[in-house]
Amino acid sequence: MTGYRLPTGGRVNRAAPLTFRFDGASFAGFEGDTLASALLASGVQLFGRSFKYHRPRGLVGSGSEEPNALVSVTRGPGRFTPNLRATNIDLYQGMDASSQNRWPSLKFDLGGINDRLGMFFPAGFYNKTFMWPRSFWEKLYEPVIRRMAGLGQPPSEIDPDHYAATYAHCDLLIIGAGPAGIDAALEAASTNQRIILIDEQDEAGGGALSDPSLWPWLERSLKALAASPNVTVLTRTTAFGYFHDNFVGAVERLTDHLADLPEGPREKLWRIRATDVILAQGAIERPLVFDGNDTPGVMLASAAKVFALRYGVAVGESVALMASHDSGWNDAFALAGAGVSIAAIIDVRDAVDDALLAKASALGIAVRLGHSVIGVRGRLGVKAITVARNDGSAASDITCDAVLMAGGWTPTVHLWSHSKGSLAWRDDLGAFVPDVPNENVRCVGACAGTWNFGAGVVVDVLPTPKDPARLKAFVDFQNDVTAKDIKLAVREGFRSIEHIKRYTTNGMATDQGKTSNLNGLQIASTALNKPVTDIGLTTFRPPYTPQTFGALAGHAKDALFQPTRKTNIDSWAEEHGAVFELVAQWRRARYFPKAGEDMHAAVNRECRMVRSSVGIFDASTLGKIEVVGPDAAEFLNRMYTNPWKALEPGRCRYGLLLKEDGFITDDGVSARLAPDRFHLTTTTGGAARVLNMMEDYLQTEWPDLNVWLTSTSEHYAVIALQGPNARKVLEPLVEGIDLSAEAFPHMAIREGTICGIPTRLFRVSFTGELGYEINVPSAYGRSLWERIMAEGARYDITPYGTEAMHVLRAEKGFIIVGQDTDGTVTPFDAGLDWAVGKKKPDFVGKRSLARPDIVAPGRKQLVGLLTDDPNVVLEEGAQIVADPNQPVPMKMIGHVTSSYWSEALGRSIAMALVDGGHSKMGQNIFIPMPGKTHVAKISSMMFYDAEGARLNV
Amino acid sequence: MILIHCPYCDEKRAELEFAYAGQAHIARPLDPSTLSDEEWETYLFIRNNPRGRHHERWRHIHGCGRFFNAVRDTVTDKFETTYKAGEPRK
Repeated sequence: MTGYRLPTGGRVNRAAPLTFRFDGASFAGFEGDTLASALLASGVQLFGRSFKYHRPRGLVGSGSEEPNALVSVTRGPGRFTPNLRATNIDLYQGMDASSQNRWPSLKFDLGGINDRLGMFFPAGFYNKTFMWPRSFWEKLYEPVIRRMAGLGQPPSEIDPDHYAATYAHCDLLIIGAGPAGIDAALEAASTNQRIILIDEQDEAGGGALSDPSLWPWLERSLKALAASPNVTVLTRTTAFGYFHDNFVGAVERLTDHLADLPEGPREKLWRIRATDVILAQGAIERPLVFDGNDTPGVMLASAAKVFALRYGVAVGESVALMASHDSGWNDAFALAGAGVSIAAIIDVRDAVDDALLAKASALGIAVRLGHSVIGVRGRLGVKAITVARNDGSAASDITCDAVLMAGGWTPTVHLWSHSKGSLAWRDDLGAFVPDVPNENVRCVGACAGTWNFGAGVVVDVLPTPKDPARLKAFVDFQNDVTAKDIKLAVREGFRSIEHIKRYTTNGMATDQGKTSNLNGLQIASTALNKPVTDIGLTTFRPPYTPQTFGALAGHAKDALFQPTRKTNIDSWAEEHGAVFELVAQWRRARYFPKAGEDMHAAVNRECRMVRSSVGIFDASTLGKIEVVGPDAAEFLNRMYTNPWKALEPGRCRYGLLLKEDGFITDDGVSARLAPDRFHLTTTTGGAARVLNMMEDYLQTEWPDLNVWLTSTSEHYAVIALQGPNARKVLEPLVEGIDLSAEAFPHMAIREGTICGIPTRLFRVSFTGELGYEINVPSAYGRSLWERIMAEGARYDITPYGTEAMHVLRAEKGFIIVGQDTDGTVTPFDAGLDWAVGKKKPDFVGKRSLARPDIVAPGRKQLVGLLTDDPNVVLEEGAQIVADPNQPVPMKMIGHVTSSYWSEALGRSIAMALVDGGHSKMGQNIFIPMPGKTHVAKISSMMFYDAEGARLNV
Repeated sequence: MILIHCPYCDEKRAELEFAYAGQAHIARPLDPSTLSDEEWETYLFIRNNPRGRHHERWRHIHGCGRFFNAVRDTVTDKFETTYKAGEPRK
């Protein structure tokens, strides 16, 4: 047996036994155990297989620094969590946990062959070996590597849990509820400050939890804090990231420790903004680097103390200590006091404090100074160690079943470094400590480098007479990086620690190098023969420990990932079987299939009905901006390409908006309602962008203009009524507006009422037919829609969706900004030079239209395409070439931007951006597609009713 | 998440209320047609990329809606000051 439960001691509740399963076998523990302590108490020493070599691994630490003991916990469908540290898992009745990265079993793992082949897997192995041939990567190397290497499996089902999030504000945030953090909280509690004290463990106390002499103090202190109304103590809460201006992200685990899942969220994300922050995160003990230091049973001395005094578990029956620091001695004495037999204390130093020697002698512990462990026997667990003098002489064996490593301490500066505080190197500690803060933050306790653990020396690799090339002396346990790998990286020319890190992967595992960074740095320092300070430290980045995606996503998933904007008419479309599509965040009806119709049939019917009778379309999503003020016309004149000042009230104009670089950014029809009032429309997706751009010019370039801009996109429902019968449908419903062609021509606006509802009635057309766009206050949208449907029934009025709208506009050569343009298209490229006011001295983008590259020949220009085979509908995005017989890769001369079946023409039509397209009218171009190359002729984009006879009726 | 002082609201608010709007103090030429291609190119495309103090524009887009200017240190990401549009460069 290797580990066992001590007869007394610890904070576990021995009156509350629990049973659980690990790799299918039953085990017992107590309330207050972690999975790690309960397994250890049951004699389990083997917790997992390593990442690369599949070496057997046991516990190294007792908390979030643990690199090896990664396990998966399942609690029903979708509730599978991989890569949890066994040392951080609070045990509950019935827990079902399993080890990872082994097949077929933890004790017999086929992947262990990698370890025998270890000499073929040096640092940078993947970079060196799997480069060639390139095609092998995807098909062979990556799948094999993914199966062999890796951590736990990803969950396979949807997570049924939900996750909460909250904001919190406080005067003082204290991270870490060990003695230093609790002291800081007690000191501040007497003020009126709002204080939040958080700790990642299941109870507050930190290091005090493994020091029974401090338990009375701890109980008193926590009672005092609980009695302070201005103090909030959060346990099981990990501060994972420290962001700008004292903004700290923390995740509170609410249910993972409970046997029965209650209603409510699994975890809660805390976004905490604090005036001041105190970091009291403590320090992490450093492993020692020697051959076989990853054998199960070799662990940190401090961890062994935690298991003994906090959980009442001995890590072995006969335990040896390998130390370079005084703290390990004291931990060994504490273990001896708890009833654990200490086989020997080995210290690499030639001399230590006499008091330590005296105590060891008093306890009857054999001591070997100036010695090091040079080998470990046992594969699945320690059976004995070989020790020798530092000069390699006098090797002898010591029988033991656990080895404690005491290599000194590394202050936990992760959050400090997130906050961009600087670090200072302390030679005496062999560690970086916080130096100059970058926020309102300070460190207290061990994370500030102030501790009473005693003294020690820093050793990069323990002295050994063995061939360094054959040592399996691990630095990064989780990523399987050895001292040899780091030395190899240096030999191969890597100098920066950032490069050494990436080449060897030291410190890049999920533990972020909590136990490996400083050892790696020391080894690189020795190999480079440079002081540590010249090599630097790698950057710490959030998260401090891995967090669930669920906690970070919170409610922002599925339907709540982003809002779905719906018009007032949307519910009618849904009730009438519309198929929807998303346009920006708007849900729009794409088509309205009748029974038995596919999309093609529905769209053809909708197009036919608009051209032959009348169609009705929900255009409410159009962006709308009300432009008001005495300088409104002047302002629009400067913004848009076309002239606005002469536009009479009651008339509309197509407006083209460029960015200052001369490229089209938006378009839309706008109306002048009064000398000082315009009703602008923008594209559905462009509304916010256009308003922002206009505000920018108005506020910062032309603040002298007296103009006000208001977004009215959601204030109006817009119903487009299009087709030769549109006027007849509208006539009986409208009051106070003469609809006759003479009184109300194309591109005009009238105000009046429709069905008693105030309306801004546009006579405009995006279909080429006689058409109206009826603007009414949003809330009336659906009821007006239904009235028009009833009125139009005798004309077989047909609702149509965005797909038919696209076909109808393409038949007329009307562009859609963002589909037929891509941010590099000028008005001239798009064939819209008619919309540019040549006489205007200036407008946004005008100067750019004269830039050399814009006037140069050969630009991509928008043209129509007619395929030789009228039944071929080209794919949008398809590439165009001039010569289909040229060798691959061919020279592309453009691409198809829009392509549809035109029911009106009985053939396909398309639009395309083609190099010098305007001068290629009538020429053939080619569209190579898999299996066939299509031929098409460049044509005008005005495919239907070019003279506009259907509009002006 | 940075806190930004809006000089119009006179309050420090969270970054997510604001939108970045490029380098500050680049006035649009009063008569672009008189500019050479090079001058127009400079106005249109050439921007500073300093290590340290950077004058830049922000908009309190989810607040008062106003554009304002700021000096931010690109190394520390700290705002030195913010001031109203139209005020002299700080």
